[in-house]
Amino acid sequence: MKTDELIHLLAADATPVARHRIEQRFALATLAGLVGAGMALMAWFGLRPDLAQAAALPMFWGKLAFAASLAVAGLALLRRMARPGATLGLAAWWLAVPPLVVWAMAAVTLWQAAPAERLPLLLGSTWRTCPFNIAALSAPALAACLWALKGAAPTRLAWAGAGAGLLAGTLGTLVYALHCPEMAAPFLALWYLAGMAIPTTLGAVLGPRLLRW
Amino acid sequence: MEIEDRLRALLLQGLDADAAAYQRFLKELSAHLRAFLRRRLAQWPDAVEDLVQETLLAVHNQRHTYRPEMPVTAWVHAIARYKLVDWLRSHAVKEARNDPLDDAHELFSSSDAEAAEARRDLGQLLQTLPDRQRLPIVHVKLHGLSVVETAQLTGLSESAVKIGVHRGLKALAAKIRGMA
Repeated sequence: MKTDELIHLLAADATPVARHRIEQRFALATLAGLVGAGMALMAWFGLRPDLAQAAALPMFWGKLAFAASLAVAGLALLRRMARPGATLGLAAWWLAVPPLVVWAMAAVTLWQAAPAERLPLLLGSTWRTCPFNIAALSAPALAACLWALKGAAPTRLAWAGAGAGLLAGTLGTLVYALHCPEMAAPFLALWYLAGMAIPTTLGAVLGPRLLRW
Repeated sequence: MEIEDRLRALLLQGLDADAAAYQRFLKELSAHLRAFLRRRLAQWPDAVEDLVQETLLAVHNQRHTYRPEMPVTAWVHAIARYKLVDWLRSHAVKEARNDPLDDAHELFSSSDAEAAEARRDLGQLLQTLPDRQRLPIVHVKLHGLSVVETAQLTGLSESAVKIGVHRGLKALAAKIRGMA
């Protein structure tokens, strides 16, 4: 086929293009990821029994805010990664803010604690399972976010996959916080981020395999 | 900035379904792409037109990723670069795999090897698509018919022709990807 013929053919397919299709897909993927994680939570872990009391504590909302703010930053980043030639701009910097805040809180907590209390503050009672539970709850969101990226044109596939994994991790964390009994900042600073790192890494590995276009 | 402004205006019209403007956009783009790729594929002159076509197809299939506040030139450049890198990577792998280990073999390599590297023909790939995608594409392409005329000729509805062309172009891109 000659290139001119191809151009003629492509021009014949000049249908109106919806400007926000990528955003719509990510909105849908976010919703699907949250619903999927919620269903998995109810099936495997259940809500924490003292949810009503916990909801009165600022740290409970702090956990949700931590995950939610990372999710928003991740979405802002993915929106750009999904488009060829878009610069990442400030989006990448926003991603660093929630972890820095939590690390600062953790440092203050550890500094104020007696030496013997420091390790228990870091390990809590669920450190062995927490990252894996978060990763498991992130699985539906990871599939959904990769699907959303499949409808776009990322040019750095490993990075885009990592971005999808990170967003999935934040959504899984958001839902897992409804079960997780841990309330200490040092624990979150370590194990919540470790939990998010699992789907992020998985996304980076899967990206080049699944996202080619 | 003259090129940027002109291409941008044409593309935006094209995204609003102005086929004539869109065709001019693709036409002008193809000339820039050809020059860009020719400079970078000096060792593989035969591959230039393949990649021009593949990039045009990608620009078309991914045109929903363009945002009006982005420079068109940066957007297209990123797509062309992605396609070029992707091609070079798979080509390097293929060449390394087919690279004969002893020189005697290389000396006597027949024209088979060249045939394997012959230019990909989109027309042949087209033949592998199902009728409902192939026929609209063949009529719109080969005979230069409009969607309405193609619909009358094939007995398909106008929307079926449009959908056939649309899905066929996506399938074509997927087939090229499968070959790499």
